[in-house]
Amino acid sequence: MNDWKKLCALDEIPRLGSRVVKSPKGNIAVFRTAEDEIFALHDRCPHKGGPLSQGLVAGKVVTCPMHSWKIQLESGAAVAPDIGCAKSFAVKLEAGTVWIAL
Amino acid sequence: MVGNGMAGCRTLEELLKLAPDLYEITVFGAEPHPNYNRIMLSPVLAGETKFDDIVLNDLAWYRDNGIALHAGKQVTKIDRKARKVIAVDGTEAAYDRLLLATGSSPFILPVPGKDLPGVIAYRDIADTEAMIEAAKHHEHAVVIGAGLLGLEAANGLKLRGMDVTVVHLADWIMERQLDKTAADLLQKSLENKGLKFLLGKQTSELVAGESGRVAAIRFKDGTGIPADLVVMAVGIRPNTALAESAGIHCERGIVVDDTLQTYDPKVYAVGECVAHRGVAYGLVAPLFEQAKVCANHLAQMGIGRYVGSVTSTKLKVTGIDVFSAGDFMGGEGTEDIVLADPSAGIYKRLVIQGDRLAGAVLYGDTGDGAWYFQLLKDKQNIADIRDHLMFGSHHVGDVGHAGQNKAAALPDEAEVCGCNGVCKGTIVKAIKEHGLFTIDAVRKHTKASSSCGSCTGLVEQILASTVGGAYQPADTNEKPVCGCTDHSHGVVRAAIRDRKLLSIPAVMQALDWKTPNGCASCRPALNYYLISSWPHEAQDDPQSRFINERAHANIQKDGTFSVVPRMWGGLTTPTELRTIADVAEKYQVPTVKMTGGARIDLLGIKKGDLPKVWEDLGRAGLVSGHAYGKSIRTVKTCVGAEHCRFGTQLSMSMGVKLEKMLFGMWAPHKVKLAVSGCPRNCAEAGIKDIGVIGVDSGYELYIAGNGGIKTEVAMFMCKVKSDAEVLEYSGSFLQLYREEAWYLERTCHYVARVGLDYVKKIVVEDAARRKELYERLLYSLQGYEDPWATAVKQPKEYVALEVA
Repeated sequence: MNDWKKLCALDEIPRLGSRVVKSPKGNIAVFRTAEDEIFALHDRCPHKGGPLSQGLVAGKVVTCPMHSWKIQLESGAAVAPDIGCAKSFAVKLEAGTVWIAL
Repeated sequence: MVGNGMAGCRTLEELLKLAPDLYEITVFGAEPHPNYNRIMLSPVLAGETKFDDIVLNDLAWYRDNGIALHAGKQVTKIDRKARKVIAVDGTEAAYDRLLLATGSSPFILPVPGKDLPGVIAYRDIADTEAMIEAAKHHEHAVVIGAGLLGLEAANGLKLRGMDVTVVHLADWIMERQLDKTAADLLQKSLENKGLKFLLGKQTSELVAGESGRVAAIRFKDGTGIPADLVVMAVGIRPNTALAESAGIHCERGIVVDDTLQTYDPKVYAVGECVAHRGVAYGLVAPLFEQAKVCANHLAQMGIGRYVGSVTSTKLKVTGIDVFSAGDFMGGEGTEDIVLADPSAGIYKRLVIQGDRLAGAVLYGDTGDGAWYFQLLKDKQNIADIRDHLMFGSHHVGDVGHAGQNKAAALPDEAEVCGCNGVCKGTIVKAIKEHGLFTIDAVRKHTKASSSCGSCTGLVEQILASTVGGAYQPADTNEKPVCGCTDHSHGVVRAAIRDRKLLSIPAVMQALDWKTPNGCASCRPALNYYLISSWPHEAQDDPQSRFINERAHANIQKDGTFSVVPRMWGGLTTPTELRTIADVAEKYQVPTVKMTGGARIDLLGIKKGDLPKVWEDLGRAGLVSGHAYGKSIRTVKTCVGAEHCRFGTQLSMSMGVKLEKMLFGMWAPHKVKLAVSGCPRNCAEAGIKDIGVIGVDSGYELYIAGNGGIKTEVAMFMCKVKSDAEVLEYSGSFLQLYREEAWYLERTCHYVARVGLDYVKKIVVEDAARRKELYERLLYSLQGYEDPWATAVKQPKEYVALEVA
């Protein structure tokens, strides 16, 4: 994979929060955990399409603001007993800069 | 662990949640099955469900959790010195901690013939299968013992086609669960189903027939009847033999302390085999409470005590509704409220001691059983609701499920949860298949009652009628905030206040939160408790607020937002309206409508446009209407004495004063007020958190009304004379609510919990406390700035990043 694209500085994403990224593949939610890990998911809840970027982040899970489905940041999979998956994108953090591969 | 039943396995489940890697676990079970749901044996017998459907932990569960299961191997010896257990086939297992969950055995009457073929107890799946088999070949069944189990067995055998007689020693059936009136009604309806009863009969002998199988039963009075199958259901005895042989102290059961530890500190015991404070429980619900505490101590966390259980009974016989809980017989110092309608087949008796409900027996209509049980468990003061206590918890105002309040009467396809479209059948199926026992588990699996919550009562009823006596509601007052902690809202709040905790990480550290950053349930609650307890000092964490409060607008289903500018008291001006119209055109707002609170709502605004919209609105002096927050929403007013010919007070000006005073007030939930200028009450003040009604001599203040999920009429708090007093009394009540209510509790729920008298004593009767509360409210609102104006200055969070 050599199509890494520079996104933003880490500081531009709030800790335990997220930013929306407009991309050719639709809106992507980029999350930052308490430990400064970065994850990116398609900004659509597998339940009814709610914007995951607007959810509340805890641990490595985001709770969708629409109907409180919990989505795992690493895989995009819903936490049981709900079933569904949001597409995830590769991201990396290098020297305080966030990169994404579409 | 010795014993592979419900109590033991539940303990393991709880333990694995807390400390998955602490122990290597070995389980011995006498039965050759994985753990199954014993309370569902009656439906198996009745042919309503199958054994496979009642397995709670299948073999994969043991495997996945690394548990070595020895099913079908009874443990015969505990060597406490060598710390190992030995099974009947010689299998040994060493232990650091031993958990005894040996359960109980049916008591077998010591009468001649008790060992004959065809004489069985009713305890496990083997007994159930034996009964099903017997029903195929034999005619006459006799069930000895008309307790819960006996009646369920009799009903099942009858449904399997046998001629069934229930023999009972006492003068009425289920004498340990029902009073005589209810028991007689129950007996009558069981007789209508074809069961026969012989009461006051003591069994003297079981007589064998030519085949060697039991053929008849004889009684002390010399009479007798034919019997090809005899089921003994006269009680259970805790299985203590193994523990006793190892020298562990036993009385009625294995004696344990409040941590479920036996006299040997390395040995714990849970379930029907134990005696806790002299009581051995035979129902599932207490066992689960024990399991939770025991697991906590096994996980070396050392929190929690088991202090005994209040139990309830519900008979699982399809088509018959009977419920009892607590001290239903009453006695000295108690009073009864009784409702009897024999022709409708309804009998209800509530036993009251002082201001508390002490017990309840319901027959024919058990819809409110779960509610009464909750009142019992919470020890709630019922003085205020005593006059309508008998008529249950249901209000005309409950919406969302077609007015249905009786779960038992619902067909399977009836929609119970109107928010998530969940039918009764789906809920019942989930309860049975997944072995659910709590409302939270049902919510998780079905989504029923997980949105607005108006159907919670119904779902509780369905749960109660499906699992019967195993249903155990949580103590509302002691219920943990969420899965991240064992502490209740009250404990968390007190800690924040008393220990002056000022940030969410500080609270989580001080109270041993189990998750690193909490969850979407606890973080908003903690954030509210912090900022309400320590205004101007505690850190307000935007990431712990729901998106609406973080973005200062309401998120809509398509991810756009709605914007509601504040209009003080509902008043506006041509300039404001022009500005709103200009904004709506400039940003192509697709929908403009009036809100329920009589404000203008601009719907469908993109998040990135929000700061620009606010900037334009702000130029005309329009500020945030907080239509998105757990906060002051609106003060609705009528025209009042300013214009109205009936008006007695200046309701618009009063409303404006109230709304200005409360601007920026965060609260446990949303807060709505209304001011009417006369008792015609055009502002609909009767369904508001605070309703102010102008009368000629001043104002009447009403509190704790609600126009939402549960229509709740506001209650009269007091009458005051001046505008200043309206502000002081209202502010003081709201501050009390802000300081004491649990997060997400509306005023109606809060006042229902603490009682109107309590509120009056502080806000109306205690002038000093009223003033203190009022001052604290004003202090916390000091210097509040319009969040929209702030966001306009820092629009970054609203703007999306872009990548090509």
